[in-house]
Amino acid sequence: MSETIHERIQRQIASDDVVLYMKGTPVMPMCGFSAAVVQVLSHLGVPFQAHNVLDDPELRQGIKEFSSWPTIPQLYVKGEFVGGCDIVREMFQAGELVPFLAERGIVVTERA
Amino acid sequence: MDDVRDRLEDILRRVFRPERLEVVDFSAAHAGHDGARPGGQTHFRVEIVAAAFAGQNRLARQRLVMEAAAELLHGEIHALTVRAVAPGESGGP
Repeated sequence: MSETIHERIQRQIASDDVVLYMKGTPVMPMCGFSAAVVQVLSHLGVPFQAHNVLDDPELRQGIKEFSSWPTIPQLYVKGEFVGGCDIVREMFQAGELVPFLAERGIVVTERA
Repeated sequence: MDDVRDRLEDILRRVFRPERLEVVDFSAAHAGHDGARPGGQTHFRVEIVAAAFAGQNRLARQRLVMEAAAELLHGEIHALTVRAVAPGESGGP
């Protein structure tokens, strides 16, 4: 039996510490909100696995249902849903993102 | 005319009875992008002060707003930027 979309997402967020569901790719984001999250993660030197929902309509719909969150991008850390662009940006600006990642064992190479 | 901004504002006023609420259509900044439509009204920014957000973390606050606006988010609205604070909190809009 083939894997359901929710099983696939579950596997993705379990196989990498930091997972970003985005529009486009880190090198070529197709949406300003996705680009903003990539920028924050890159600035902090956080390695992350990106999944491009524009390449995969099933994933695009599936991730919204999985997270009960209607928009993209979506960030997962250690299998836990963190939020979208607003939340990541606010956490970063408030200086909360680095400790949040560090508490979960994510190495941040560059401090903001 | 079917004004998405007004509908969004109505919903948020009804659900949260906010002390302050500002709903801004910034679709023009996204014209031509994925999810944008020629008539705009797809990208909104919400600044809201309401008692419902007291004691809630960022994720819970955004979820409350997203859930209230769920119908519009599944249809007309493509992106919603939310700044939700409780009355008396610092950094309010």
